[in-house]
This record gives sequence, C-alpha cells and structure tokens, in this order.
Amino acid sequence: MIRTSAPVEAPAAGAWEELVTTALLGTDRRTPPGGATGRRAPAALLELAAVQTVRRRAGLRAAPAATRPEPAPEDPRPALPAAAARRLTMLLADRPGTAGGGRRGTAPDLMELLPQWLAAANARGYAAPPQILPALLDAARGRTDLRPAALAFAGPRALWLARLNPDWRFALRAAPGGAAALPGPAEADRIRRLWEEGLFAERVALLAAIREREPAAARDLLAGTWATERAEDRLMFLDSLRDGLGPEDEPFLEQALADRSRNVRATAAELLSALPGSALAARTADRASACVAVDHTLDTPTLAIEAPHECDADMERDGVVAKAPSGRGERSWWLGQLLEAAPLGAWPARLGGRTPREIVALPVADGWQGELHAAWCRAAVRQRDARWARALLGAPAAPGAGGPGAVSLAERARLLGTLGAGERADWVAGFISVHGLSEAFQLLGVCAVPWAAPLGRAVVDALNIARDAGSYPWSFSGVMGLAERCLDPAEASRLDGLLAVPDEARDPSPGAGGYWAEAFQRLVTTLRLRAAMAEELRPADG
Amino acid sequence: MWGLCEGSGKKPYRTVVDLADGAAPAYTCTCPSRKFPCKHALGLLLLWAGDEAAVPAGQAPDWAEPWLSGRRQRAAQPSGTAGGAPGPADPEAARRRAERRAERISAGATELEQRLADLVRGGLAAAEQAGYGLWEETAARMVDAQAPGLAARVRELGAIPSSGPGWPVRLLEECALLHLLVQGWLRRERLPAALAATVRSRVGLPGAADGPPVRDRWLVLAQYDTADARLTTRRIWLYGADCGRTALLLSYGAAGRAPDLALPVGLALDAEVAAYPGAGQSRAALGERFASPAPTGVRPPGVTPARAVARYGEALRDDPWLDAVPVTLREVIPVPDGDSWQLADAGSDSALPLTPQARARPGLWRLVALSGGAPVTVFGECGHRGFTPLTAWRHEEEGVVTLC
Repeated sequence: MIRTSAPVEAPAAGAWEELVTTALLGTDRRTPPGGATGRRAPAALLELAAVQTVRRRAGLRAAPAATRPEPAPEDPRPALPAAAARRLTMLLADRPGTAGGGRRGTAPDLMELLPQWLAAANARGYAAPPQILPALLDAARGRTDLRPAALAFAGPRALWLARLNPDWRFALRAAPGGAAALPGPAEADRIRRLWEEGLFAERVALLAAIREREPAAARDLLAGTWATERAEDRLMFLDSLRDGLGPEDEPFLEQALADRSRNVRATAAELLSALPGSALAARTADRASACVAVDHTLDTPTLAIEAPHECDADMERDGVVAKAPSGRGERSWWLGQLLEAAPLGAWPARLGGRTPREIVALPVADGWQGELHAAWCRAAVRQRDARWARALLGAPAAPGAGGPGAVSLAERARLLGTLGAGERADWVAGFISVHGLSEAFQLLGVCAVPWAAPLGRAVVDALNIARDAGSYPWSFSGVMGLAERCLDPAEASRLDGLLAVPDEARDPSPGAGGYWAEAFQRLVTTLRLRAAMAEELRPADG
Repeated sequence: MWGLCEGSGKKPYRTVVDLADGAAPAYTCTCPSRKFPCKHALGLLLLWAGDEAAVPAGQAPDWAEPWLSGRRQRAAQPSGTAGGAPGPADPEAARRRAERRAERISAGATELEQRLADLVRGGLAAAEQAGYGLWEETAARMVDAQAPGLAARVRELGAIPSSGPGWPVRLLEECALLHLLVQGWLRRERLPAALAATVRSRVGLPGAADGPPVRDRWLVLAQYDTADARLTTRRIWLYGADCGRTALLLSYGAAGRAPDLALPVGLALDAEVAAYPGAGQSRAALGERFASPAPTGVRPPGVTPARAVARYGEALRDDPWLDAVPVTLREVIPVPDGDSWQLADAGSDSALPLTPQARARPGLWRLVALSGGAPVTVFGECGHRGFTPLTAWRHEEEGVVTLC
C-alpha cells in the first residue's frame, strides 16, 4: 500500500500489525488484542481495526522528496498564438481509430493536415505549448514521417521529457544532433570522447551534427577510427557523408573503394559517381563511352550499343556488381550500372556534340532503348542533372508520356525532383491536361506545396472532366486526398460551382453526382480549414 | 389556440397550444411524435407569431375544450396541495415510507455485519479463494435493502483481494470502516445531527441540497468521469472566488452515456450553489446560473504538501469514511521516484506521492511537461492513497491545464 509516511506512533504500528495478522488468520485461530473471544471476537477486532485505520490515515505525513530532475532548458522561441494552440490540440486529437467509421463524408481528414501545420509553425519559429508535448510526442511516435518536423517544433523541453519516459526514446535518437546533449564545436575533448566511447546512435548523431557544421571535420573524425569500425557501422557512417558531399571527400571515398565489405564499397562508389569530377567518374566515363556510339552507316544516325563483355576486377572495385539478379542478362546488367555511374556531362562530346535532348531523340539500335534511357534516368537523378532530366522527360503532352513508355512513372517522378519547383509544376500541369489524372498521382506527389496556380487549375479541371465523364469519385480518392492537402487555399472560391448536386436524370452513373458533390465539399472545407490554420499562425503584429 | 394539421395519417392531427400562462405555453397534439413541443405545435405558433390574424379568435372546439379547461382548473388550485410545489402529497405517508426504508436498511446492515463477522472469524486469507461472487451477491442484497452506499462499498471489497501486494491490509481497513458505518447507522439516533447526516448519505439515502444557496463566481476547477458497468459518474469541482469554498457537483449518466451536466474547466460561473447536508461533505448542487461562463484570473490559494495531508487528517474528524479531500498544492515540482512519481515542495524537503491511478493516466505527462522541472500549482484530491492531480497552472494569467 502506498503510504505517505509511517504512522505517528511506533507502538501503534505494532498493534496494527497484530490486528492484520489476526484478521488474516481469523479470530477462530487467534485471539484478537483486547482478549475478546467467541461471538464477540470479530466485532471487537473490527472495532479496533476501525480505530487504527482512522488513526493511521489521520496521522499521515508528507514523505521526503526524491532527487529533483534538472529543470528543462528554456525555450526562447515566442509563444504560439492561443487559437493556433487550440487548433493543434484538435489536429492531434483526430487520431486514426478515434473517428467513427471508415467513410469520412465531408469532414476534413485532420491528421493529414498535421505535417503542414508543423511546417508552417516551424517556419514562423513558434515554441510549442508545454502541455501539448505529450500528445505531439505520441503522434510522432506513431508516424516516423512526422518526427523531424514534430521534434523541431517540440523543442528542447520535448527531449527533456523524452529522457523521463521510455516510450519517447525515439526522440533522443532522432533528434537532429541530439541537441542539448551533444558537445558544441569548441569542445574538442568531449567530441573525441563521445566519438570513441558513445553508443552507436549517439555517434551517428554526433557525426551528422559535425558534418552539418564542418564537413571536413566530420570526415577527419571518421577517418581516425575507420579501420576499427564494424562493417555495418562503416556503412552507416559512410552514408552520413551523403549530406554536403563535395570534391574534397574524394580521397577518403576512393580509399573506401578498397573496403573489406561489399556494401561499403558499393556505397563509396555510388557517392563518388555523384561527383562528376572524380577519378572514378572519369574511369567509368571511359568504360561507358566504349559501349555507346553513333552509327552513321544507316539512313538516320542511330545509337549503337555494345554492352561490356566482362566485368573485370577494376570495374568491380569501382562499384559494379558482377552478379546479375536472376532473369537479367549479365551484359545488360553491367551496361546499366556503367551508364548509371558515368557522368552525363561526358556524353555530348562523345556523341558528336549533340545536346542531351538530341541524344535522347536518337533512335537506338537492337532494342536497347529501354535499357539505355532507364540507365540515363538513374544517372540524371543521381547526379541531379536538370538538363538531362528535362530531355529524358520530354514534352508533357507527348503521346508516349501517358503510357508505360521507356521511362516509367516512378522514374519520371524522380526526374521531376531534379527540376525547379515552378518547372516541375508546369510539366505536371501539362501532363494532366493531356493525359488526365489516372496516372498523375505519383507525379503530383513530387510537386511543391501549395501547388502553383496552373497546376491547381489543371487538377480541378481534370476532376471536373472526370465527373462529367461519369466516373465515381473514389476512383480518384488518392488525387482528391492530395488536392485537399496541396491545393492553394486561395483556390477554394473557384470550386464553389462544383459543390451542387447535379441533375440525376442526365447522370450516366447513378448517385455519382451526390458523391462528387460530397467529395468537393470536403475539398473546399479542408481548403478553408487550411486557410484558417495559416491565418492563426500569422504573428499578431502583422 | 388550436388547429388541425394534415399529416400522413387518415385523420388530421389536432393541435392545441395554451398561451394563457404567459411565462410557459403548454402544448398538446394527437400526433405520435415524442418531441415536445411537436412540429405541429411549433408550426401553429409560427403561424400565429407571423400574423396574428392567421389564427382568428373563436370558441374552442369540443376536442380542445376538455384539455384546456382541465389545465385551467389545475392552475387555479392552490399550489400547496397538488401540482406546483415539490414534496410529498401526504407527509404522513412519506414518513411511513421513510420508516419502512430505514427498517429495510437496518435489516440489510445487520446481515452485512454478520457477513463481516464471518469473514473475520474465518480469516481474510480465505477471502482470496472465495472470489468475487460472494461479494457480488452481498452487494445485490444491499441493493435490495435499498442501501446503495453499502452496496458500492461491498463491491469494492470484492476487488481488493486481486489488487496486488498489501491487499490484506487494505481489506482489513475497508472491512473495519464498513463495520464502523454499519454501527453508525444502527446507532444513528445517538449521533450528533451532522454526523448522522453523513452516515445517512454514506449509506446511500438520498439527501436534498437544502443548504443556503451561495451566489459567487465559481471557478470550474476540474471535471472527470468514472464509469462502471451500470453508471457513469461525473465529478465537477468548483471553487468560490469570494467564499473560498470548494464544492463538488455530481452528475450521472446511464452506462456508456455522458452525464448531462458539463462545465468548461478554467472558466468562472456566476451562479448559486447549495450544499448537501452532512459533516465534512463537499457535495453541493448547482442552482440558478446568472451568466454564461467567463474567463477568470481567480485561482484557489495553494498550500504545502505537509499542510495538505494535515488537512486530510482534519477532515477525517468529520467524516472517517472520507477517501480524499480537494487540495491545491502551491509551488510543487513533479519528481520521478523509482517507478512512481511525487509532487515535491519547491521550498522544503517534503513531497506527496501520486496515487497508482494517477500514475497510469496520460495527464501525468501533461503535468510533467507543463512543469519542466519548475514549480507549478496543482489542484487535486489528497487522500490516504496519495495525491491525484486534476488541474495545474503556472501563472494566474495563463489558462489551466486539465490532467484528468
């Protein structure tokens, strides 16, 4: 039993123990204190016990205090406006499973709005109200995609809390740079000690934090203990060099190409090939350009492909995986890897001074086109080469763009990622206005939020066309959901005309009109809600 | 005023509205709707409100007349004997009913006393094997005896043997207090009036909130529900800004349904509150409300942990069955203490442990987050099992944070 203190008087404690023992055994077996026996004994025992119980309770005293925790660090950020704090509480309360039933009707999906709420609050640099932190940490615990933004918003007090509750350990791991616990730039000794003695997660966090401040220092730290690290750890540490990768990392990566572990070698090669000026890139360019040539003997210039005949040790050292997955020809497998790692900038010179667009337009002999273009796509993504990405994407309205052509939708989405936000939105808008929405989901996912005006209009028009064509809205639920989150709230007024339930008699799909109206209502409600959210987060002074 | 309304049935609905009593119109209608007033009566009123000429004056038809005249007659009767005023029609009959109930409770109490004696004679160790069924049956007997207070205590006894280490101590304590209550009931005539009232309410006799109504700005300190299979009980703690009293409002709902009364925590009500009888009882009833709840900077003054436990001890003088008293702790810091938590005084070395229930609630983490290792003020219930935090705040100008 939880006692706030010992009873007042020690002798009373003894008497109480005696009473408990007697009661436990029964008055038939043991005579209660006071000597009552027979029929009177139970009542006598209970009476004594009642006196003792009230006496014990009335005599409680406060307990000695345990060691107090260090106070949480101050959060210097300005306080969140009250209306925004209420909104956040509402968003956090809308957890999956708490809403009744699957169909949402016209009610907005609040949980889906949390990421952008957090992004907006972080952009304005508000401090989270402390009492919201537990709900915020619980939400971030359930959804890893929320963690970076949620933890940034939650601030130093959330880390302080996470140290007290094992459920929130993830916050200590995931915290960018572990915040308070990590040594500052000046504390060389502490850095050295943490690096040499810390847990793996702490070391990864430390490396990432230093890499952010001072890329070279992180590399030197890693190089100092490189030989003694375990293979899995080497892989993770190497991966953390991906941020802020630059030409000065080349010697270290070049050295890692000779690593004992195959995965470490492959990662090092991948990082090097993302540096177009590296020696590895030059070697790969030589090998790759031996495989592709322009054949002028035909009527139209055509790309002729000669896949490598063998994968030698040097190629393997440069990251080419010799063993092809089952079902794939060895030579095309090697070719794909070479083309992917070769710097794209070398091709125009190799292929008669043609621009990327012209090179992509060239016919390819012997059915190699798919293989070739797919490899170039991967290269364009890896090297973040916008000119090549543009060339490989082609015109959004091109007939091949809609179907599963040489370049798949997933690749297209990645290629779009290398372009600027405006260009991306324009391309996807053009794509949707020609090909409709059925293939657009993945492409929409890479567009910047909120959608640029032309893109938003293209999506709304396409939805409108889909409705008039007699589709049901759930065929477009993915795009609808995206639109709810990504459409610019300023577009809400343009949707007013779509909210009405159309005349059923002319409707080819029974009931669809009503469902469309409901879907558009939810869209508009969500947009209004987002506008309100943005308004609440605006600072009071303007 | 009367009218016929064309409904879906064969006969039109006959709707009558009586406006003779200006304060409260009365309605009757032959429609089967359970809404009151029904839409037909409302429609009739709307017609009349829109254009008085739409409902011309006239003699009531024969189907409307009996109801109207019946109402007039009842209204004309002096309110003391029938209708209007609350209270039993016949004080003599009410007294006899109360006597019969008291006899039944006494019979039930005597039987319960026998059960307790048997238990102690055979030893509490046997209670662990006896299981829940025995207590459930005894509790049902107490319900039959019209002593719901005893029934609830008996049911709680049944749960103790499975409640973890130290259960024999808790079982003996609760048995002893139950014995005390039964003895108090059987000898209630010889107790001081206030204590007798406490015993009556603990046994489960309904009282009336007949204390003088106190008008004040009542800060809503906390509101929380507890539910069992039969009933949802809502407790609302109020604090009077001027009178400085803390009052408890209780409201009930059928199982799974929210009780009717809901008040916004952190706001203040301008209202009258009347206390229930009995020594050491916080329970009160909410009377007239004069304004809608408004934000307020009023906060109860806090005490130290040492004073809080002392206050519980003092409250036991008036009501030895009391489990906890409402207390505001000033300048305390939530501190982890092994598996448990305590609220430590910022200014001294004393602390109050939290109750096991409070440790399991998500509100604990809101409290810890709010404090961040710095002192906060916490309102809650302080009793023999520890402290249950219900509401906390940092500064008066900031809002309160609910923890329950």
